[in-house]
Amino acid sequence: MAERKGIEVSLAIAESASACNVDCIAAYPITPQTHIVEHLSELVADGELDAEFIPVESEHAAMSACCGTAAAGARTFTATSSQGLALMHEILFIAANLRLPIVMTVANRALSAPINIWNDHSDVMTERDVGWLQIFAENGQEAADLVPICHKIAEDKRVLLPIMLNFDGFILSHVVEPIEMLSRDEVANYLPPYEPQQRLDIDHPITMGPVGMPEVYTEAKMAHEHAVRSAYGPICEHLDGFAKMFGRAYHPVESYKAEDAEILFVMMGSASETAMSWVDEVRAAGKKVGIVRFRLWRPLPVADFKKAIAGAKVLGIIDRHFSPGGPGGPVAQEVKYMMYGEKNAPKVVEVVAGLGGRDLDDDAFNNLFDKCSKVLGGGDVPPFELIQVRGGHYGKA
Amino acid sequence: MNQPVLLSPLLRQERMPHIWCPGCGVGVSLNCFVRAVEKSGIPQDRIHVVSGIGCTGRVAGYVNVDSFHTTHGRALCFATGLALSRPDSRVVVYSGDGDLTAIGGNHLIHTARRNVDMVVICVNNFTYGMTGGQVTPTTPENMKASTTPYGNFEYTFNLPALMEACGATFVSRWTVFHVRQLIRSLEKALKHRGFSFIEVLSPCPTLYMRRNRLGNPLNMMEQFKERSVIRNGEGTAGTSLEEGADLIVGDFIEVRRATFKECYERRMTEVLGERFVPYEGVR
Ligand SMILES: Cc1ncc(C[n+]2csc(CCOP(=O)(O)OP(=O)(O)O)c2C)c(N)n1
Ligand code: SF4
Repeated sequence: MAERKGIEVSLAIAESASACNVDCIAAYPITPQTHIVEHLSELVADGELDAEFIPVESEHAAMSACCGTAAAGARTFTATSSQGLALMHEILFIAANLRLPIVMTVANRALSAPINIWNDHSDVMTERDVGWLQIFAENGQEAADLVPICHKIAEDKRVLLPIMLNFDGFILSHVVEPIEMLSRDEVANYLPPYEPQQRLDIDHPITMGPVGMPEVYTEAKMAHEHAVRSAYGPICEHLDGFAKMFGRAYHPVESYKAEDAEILFVMMGSASETAMSWVDEVRAAGKKVGIVRFRLWRPLPVADFKKAIAGAKVLGIIDRHFSPGGPGGPVAQEVKYMMYGEKNAPKVVEVVAGLGGRDLDDDAFNNLFDKCSKVLGGGDVPPFELIQVRGGHYGKA
Repeated sequence: MNQPVLLSPLLRQERMPHIWCPGCGVGVSLNCFVRAVEKSGIPQDRIHVVSGIGCTGRVAGYVNVDSFHTTHGRALCFATGLALSRPDSRVVVYSGDGDLTAIGGNHLIHTARRNVDMVVICVNNFTYGMTGGQVTPTTPENMKASTTPYGNFEYTFNLPALMEACGATFVSRWTVFHVRQLIRSLEKALKHRGFSFIEVLSPCPTLYMRRNRLGNPLNMMEQFKERSVIRNGEGTAGTSLEEGADLIVGDFIEVRRATFKECYERRMTEVLGERFVPYEGVR
């Protein structure tokens, strides 16, 4: 096993994509993702990675070019963030429905306006329904490891779907972490060369993406829904395979001190790592609190989640995006969907926090914990609240 | 801390100091712009500045006029909407080469083709400054960028020629060395009816120059001074920025052609006659 070396997480992701021996990268720079594709362009230019690097003129072009290279049967990788992901929106559906196994890392960042380059989850959450597989890393090691895992999942003939690997912009993308990097040989043992099921090939011509009349459109959507939902099995298999080969185990849902917890926080991304030290402190004071984190977000790992929260009385959800005028944040919405009609379902308390780079700190956790404690003590479940607001939610102090 | 003394009430004192690096040319271009506005006599409340995203795009936040800091590549579209609904105002798009010619390239060719009445100031520093110096459609051949570490091998845009071909009716290129000429040119553009495009060549010492070992910002100013040949009114043929060749600057094109609004009104009047009521804009 390789040694741990200090490396910026973005560079680790690029090195990891290079170790996967990707064939094509089409990308456009955007903060805080840029270092990934810049480093890949260097690796290609230096001859360390035998691949085509296409410095296109926008993200719309980037995702379109990725569809082209993937349709030709190339192992395709790209990265983006925020406005760039939003600009790809149209093509994300195309990649998904044409079943093109593109791997894209998204350095999660807020959307304009106001212009903001810092971290939250509004970019990925607004792309929740595009039909990609979606996975969230908690730290740099995980982000680097998930690159080969994502290629393995995406290219599995039972799956054949594009996959978005999310990791928090700046908080992860720009930190130097000690990371155990996998060598190209190690990755090659895990990830065999990509063999496309179907590709654009002049000797065996096919048409990709033609018109789907009302007679077939619903069936095409059904097939897609089936593909995303049933990707769950292969995803678990490939996470397990990785654990067996390299000793680092990742699961669709992760928990921390959850077994006997009465109050469980639910969150995604790097915040859960910050929350762990807070949990340790609160536990030391005798409070039974823990954390559950979604690593896999699409397909939604319903059974794993239900298992992880079994026994909890109150769930405290932290969302990093929300639907204005709607039902609050996406994680809370989906958790409630999973809880509805369940016997002895825990109460769900939700806050939206950590928007546009505002730190998720002990104050935020304490705020949510207080709300959860009141509910645990028999209080009413409060409506969703945007916390960390100067002057309070709706101007209430 | 000493507050810098601003040259013009058209700049926002409270936003200083600005974010541009020492030796960057964007600030020089902005000084030229505010002087041109003052000379043009256009009142402060009749100028709108629209920027995309980038180091140059920051201009929208520093000018003391109604301004719109938009998204990367779309400044021209925001500006088209603004120009058509405020025909009594001057709309100025102020952005970088990447914003206007890469991600926004589609809008550039169509806004020029339609001859929408606006002034476009394109600061060409040969790279994407804000994101760390990647290759752009204006990076000269063989020059290095972070995404082309062994030199750019793609064909490079000659922006004035592109704009002439698209139908722009005022087309210039100057450098940040040519401050007097640039002020005059901007003043003319502000008074021109139709689509004006001014390319301003500008040093980016932090990314482009350092990576290409082009010395300090003064070296580029010297290059601009020594290599430039002024050619006014002779069109854009032969103006490409090839390595070693003369650096052709000047007001290349100044012609009058019906603007988008004029074409629209003419056609509607032909078809609808008296029933057509021209739009006067929002008040
Ligand atoms: C849709 C989208 N993609 C990418 C970016 C990231 N981005 C911000 S500025 C910029 C390039 C700026 O270059 P240029 O327009 O030449 O202006 P300069 O910074 O050189 O003045 C990029 C790629 C973005 N903000 N939005
Ligand atoms: S990076 Fe370049 S373009 Fe941006 S402010 Fe610095 S010198 Fe100017």
